[in-house]
Amino acid sequence: MRLELIIGLGIPLVLVIVGRIVGARIERAHFLSLAEREARFRSRPTLSTKRFTPPLPIRSAELVTGSVVVSIDHFKRFISAFRMIVGGEVRAYSTLIERARREAVLRMMESRPDADAYINTRLETSTLATATGNEGMGTIEVLAYGTAVHYDRRP
Amino acid sequence: MILTNIEIVPGHQIVQHFGLVQGSTIRAKHFGRDFAAGLKNIVGGELKGYTELLQESRAEATQRMIAQATELGANAVVNVRFTTSSVAQGASEILAYGTAVRIE
Repeated sequence: MRLELIIGLGIPLVLVIVGRIVGARIERAHFLSLAEREARFRSRPTLSTKRFTPPLPIRSAELVTGSVVVSIDHFKRFISAFRMIVGGEVRAYSTLIERARREAVLRMMESRPDADAYINTRLETSTLATATGNEGMGTIEVLAYGTAVHYDRRP
Repeated sequence: MILTNIEIVPGHQIVQHFGLVQGSTIRAKHFGRDFAAGLKNIVGGELKGYTELLQESRAEATQRMIAQATELGANAVVNVRFTTSSVAQGASEILAYGTAVRIE
């Protein structure tokens, strides 16, 4: 009886604590890496519009994509379950989705790092459900795609 | 084959339209990957196995779209769009579609 109680309460508690400590560390490291990589692309615009006035004629254009699947940690999953009762912004989820979007856009740009601009960038988010059932809550895929253009620099 | 997700191919003139082309694939998750992802779920973060799986599927769907366009005699696909939907538990469909055109 006592053993069952320890297992029944202990394991989820350990998972929540591990999720809190390791998840927070991963998140911090990820935000740092995002900021650093975004700085490298600052001179090349990522536009969500189709039409823009390029400073030089366009030589070539091609489709680029970047995607990432992320999942929420156990601590945040636990906390957001409480948030669902009272309502309001679920911050635990907003940072997760923000990380995923920024990562997807960066991967899109990194797939053609030499492009001069990325136009008509689209973001698409979808949730994944696992084969085992409802666990899929909190697992999302973000896809970023757009057209990478190169300017014609020939004299 | 040139793909863009805008209505034109910059630097080229579209001379002929062939209409809509599409390619899709439905993928189920691999058990091993699902298990690893279950463990990764505890600490959160990226599930690399799934990222790769979906990228492979998207490449496959794009290839099927390109094959359809080639068959029509097109040499470019413009206004390409991607969508994802889950058709059943553990399986997702990835669709790529666009307009096949011939450019000069």
